Order: sequence, then C-alpha cells, then structure tokens
Amino acid sequence: MAMHKVLGTETEYGIVVRGDPGFNPAVASSLVVNSYPGKRVKVQWSYEEESPGRDARGFGHDTYGLIDPEGAVVNSVLSNGARLYVDHAHPEYSGPETYDPLEAALYDKAGEVVMHRAAVAATESAGREVSLYKNNSDGKGNSYGAHENYLLSRETPFGDVIRYAMTFMVTRQIFTGAGKVGKENDRPDVDFQITQRADFFEEEVGLETTLKRPIINTRDEPHGDPSQYRRLHVIIGDANLSEYQNFLKLGTTALMLAALEDGAIPDSLDLADPVEACWQVSHDLMLGRPLELDGGGTATAIELQGRYLEWLSKYVEKELDEPVWRQLIEEWERTLDLLSTEPDKLSDTLDWVAKKRLIEGYVARDDLQWTNNKLRALDLQYHDVDPTRSLYNRLAARGSMRRLFTDEQITDAVSIPPSRTRAYFRGRCVSEFPGSLVAANWDSLVFDVGETHLKRVPMMEPLRGDAALVGDLLDQAEDAADLLRLLEG
Amino acid sequence: MTDREKGQSEGRRKDETDEQKTEAIETEADLDALDDLLDEIDEVLEENAEEFVKNYVQKGGQ
Repeated sequence: MAMHKVLGTETEYGIVVRGDPGFNPAVASSLVVNSYPGKRVKVQWSYEEESPGRDARGFGHDTYGLIDPEGAVVNSVLSNGARLYVDHAHPEYSGPETYDPLEAALYDKAGEVVMHRAAVAATESAGREVSLYKNNSDGKGNSYGAHENYLLSRETPFGDVIRYAMTFMVTRQIFTGAGKVGKENDRPDVDFQITQRADFFEEEVGLETTLKRPIINTRDEPHGDPSQYRRLHVIIGDANLSEYQNFLKLGTTALMLAALEDGAIPDSLDLADPVEACWQVSHDLMLGRPLELDGGGTATAIELQGRYLEWLSKYVEKELDEPVWRQLIEEWERTLDLLSTEPDKLSDTLDWVAKKRLIEGYVARDDLQWTNNKLRALDLQYHDVDPTRSLYNRLAARGSMRRLFTDEQITDAVSIPPSRTRAYFRGRCVSEFPGSLVAANWDSLVFDVGETHLKRVPMMEPLRGDAALVGDLLDQAEDAADLLRLLEG
Repeated sequence: MTDREKGQSEGRRKDETDEQKTEAIETEADLDALDDLLDEIDEVLEENAEEFVKNYVQKGGQ
C-alpha cells in the first residue's frame, strides 16, 4: 500500500504598489510579510543560507524604512502551520502539510485571506495601496509559481515518477488551468488559453524552477527523513481560486502518485513531445487537438485523462475506498464528461472557463478586439485578493461558483492548524509559545527556553506531531520549557 | 470511446428533444445572468485598464 499522500501548496503572489510604478518588489513584498497582523512568529528559517532573519519591523513611508531591502529576508511561521515569507521578490504563502486534498485546498484558500490581511496592513503602513494577485503571469513574459508538494516513498524510483507522471501532468491542464488572455514566451499567437503557466515550460525533466522550467521538477528536498521520504515538487500547476478546481488538481495528482507507487498505472501513455504538447493542450480551447503519442497514433488530452480516470477509479475501489476519494472520482468524472460535451457548463467549477465566460461576454457586449487591454485587466482582476475587487469573488458571492467550504471554515483555517499532520505541533507552538520559538523549518522547531543551548525539536515524520499524538501535551504544558520536558518524558 | 461514454451518448440522444427545449430556456437565462454580471463588474473594474495593465510588471519567480 502506497505511503499516505501528505500534501500542500506554495504560492508566490503578484504584487503592485498603486501609484508607484517604479516600486521595488522585494521591498514591497517584505513590507507585506512584515505587516501581516495575524498570529505568527518571525523566525530564522534554518535551512536557508541567508543571515538570521532580521526583524524588519518599523517600516515607514516612501522607502518603507528598509535600508537594505535585498538583505531583509523575512520569514514567519503562522499559527495555522504555514510559512509566510518573501521569495524571488514575491510574497509567498506555503500552506501547512495536510492530510488529504480537501484539507490542502482549504489551507490554500486560507492563504488568500492571509495575503489580503497582509496587503491591507501593508497599505496602512506604506500610505500607498498595495495589491496582491493570486496568479502566475504578468502577461509580459514573467511567471511566478504555484507549486504543489506530495509525499512519496524514497523507495519509489524517480525514473518511475518521470515515466508515469509526465503525460498526466501535461493533460491535467484541461482542468487545472486558471485561464489567460494571449500567449507569452514566443509561443504561437492565441486570443485566450487554458493555463497561465504552460507557455513557460521548456524541458521535460530538470532541477530549474525559474528558467527553462521542466514538466517534472527533480528538486530532492524531502523536508523529512531522507532515508524514507521523497517530496515531489510539482511546478506545472496554476494558482486556482476555484475551491473545486483546487481539490480536483490536488486530489487527482495525489491519487495518481499513490497508484503509481502501488504499480496500478499499467501504461505510461508516452507523448511524442511532452513540451510541445504542454502548450498545445493549453492553447486548445476546443479540447479536441490530437496529441502525438510516442508509440504512434494520437489521443486528445480528454481521452488520455479518461484512461487515468479508468485506472484510478478501480484503484480507489480496491485500495482507497474512503469518502474523500470517492468524492474526487465523482467530481473528476463529471468534469471530464462536461469538458468533452459542454465545457461552458464548467464555468462554476473551473477558473479558466469562468474567466473565459466573463471575457467573451465583454468581447460580445462591447465589441472588443482580443488585444484590448480591458480584457487583460479583467484577466488580472479575476485574481485580486481584495474581495471587493476580485472578479472570482464577485462570481462566488452571487452563487456562480460552486463552493466546497464556508467562509467560516476558511477563516478558521487562517489561524488553526490542520490536526492530522506535524503542522499541528508547529501551529500550536506558534499560538502558545511565540516568545520561545527562535527558528523553524518544515522538519524542526528551535526553542530558546533560557538555557545555555537552544533546544531543537526534530519533526522528521510528516504524520507525527498531529493532535492525537501531542494535543494533550500541548494542553498540559505551561510554557515551552515545560513542553520540552513533557516531550522528553 | 469507452463503453461508459457510449452509454452516455445513447442516453443523451434519447432525451434530445426535451433537452433542447430546456437548453433554449437555460441559454436565455444564462445570457440575462451574464448581462447582469457584466453590469455589476463594470462598477468594480479598474478605471484605467490601459495604465493598470501597463504597470502590472512582475519580477519572474519560480
């Protein structure tokens, strides 16, 4: 039986300082992260090479008070177990490790609320409006990531992941895309395409994430016991606003990887040219383009996804007969059926279809050319984290997007950690012993309890440190020193 | 086409007339809803789309 698929997301948000087109994005991102008003601890993030995270509080106006913006590496751990920091001149939210794809989608959504609250506070502090966008491209050839992480067994040969996941990653785009006006990166012209990211993929396999992006990323950083675990770092997805779509993206991929580890994927369905197929799928709004297969013949993305659905439905029946996976299979089947018959009906489920409907509505009503900047503005505004501006939110508020979560569940997930992974321990420690926590990492916490040496608590097992294991200890502990004593006992 | 898909497309043909009627009504309702939606969005849309799009420049990330 495959290793439990602990999973999570990490998203770099687009950033704009209104009225200041020459703003420094690293400074502005630091301001956003430092201004976040929710429960958190600013810590040294111990795996990074940078100097200890400076406390860069006290930003003022204009220069935002930062003397050395590039050096101000800002890191915090939130009480929901997430990490909020600055990465590549973007504020980034890395959600906590979660137990299943529903929970992963919920904590990804909580990240939008975190970013909105941080943007509001940054705006107050800077005296200029700071806006954040949960998207992946500026439409001018610059892309930034929305990554997914899945726990794999170290015993799984990475060659198998490359072989069996490649075609899945390329073809899942039909239901993972957030939609984009136009093309980038010298790809063929197109009015609108399914994904934000496809144009930027140039390699099949590789270590890079910022240039020559590969479909399968080989970063080997397990954030856990390296003798037992791998972490698959998936960089080919779009940031999704739709809750259902995020569930679908995370769930199908986790399931695919579990089945792959169990040898339940009988055919690798190799594409003749995965990199070409990547943008071909994204550019094909009719969803009927035949993709060339390596062994000869062709198949459409929907047909290939249909094969995975067939195998994985059987796998769930046999190995994973649980409500969350049954719900996933049902949703996946419905999505593929509608994509092949009436894709427009998915405008309440998939970001790209919802966005396309809006933009086509404007094109028809105002008789606009597809190159009109109003359409690009609509595209960007779909992703604004400010609920009064966000077009996704307009749709959701009028009941035009299906929801998986209530607003209350999302708000709770901003401050309360998931209970079934080690993120529970991390989050509770942030809530209860913020003054004693000095450094953090996905797989450890470091406490200063007033002794000569700092105390490091290793967390090498992603499923240990959950509520069942440490909930009582955390309830009992009067302070961090007490907690450490209880953990040792 | 898999058996599952065949079954579905046969099922679809059987109900075609009914479905066509329902779809016509749905489409009209959809268009009305879309018009309302666009009117609503007009009110929140970036005032200067040209400027907004021009200034939306990001540093490449991961």
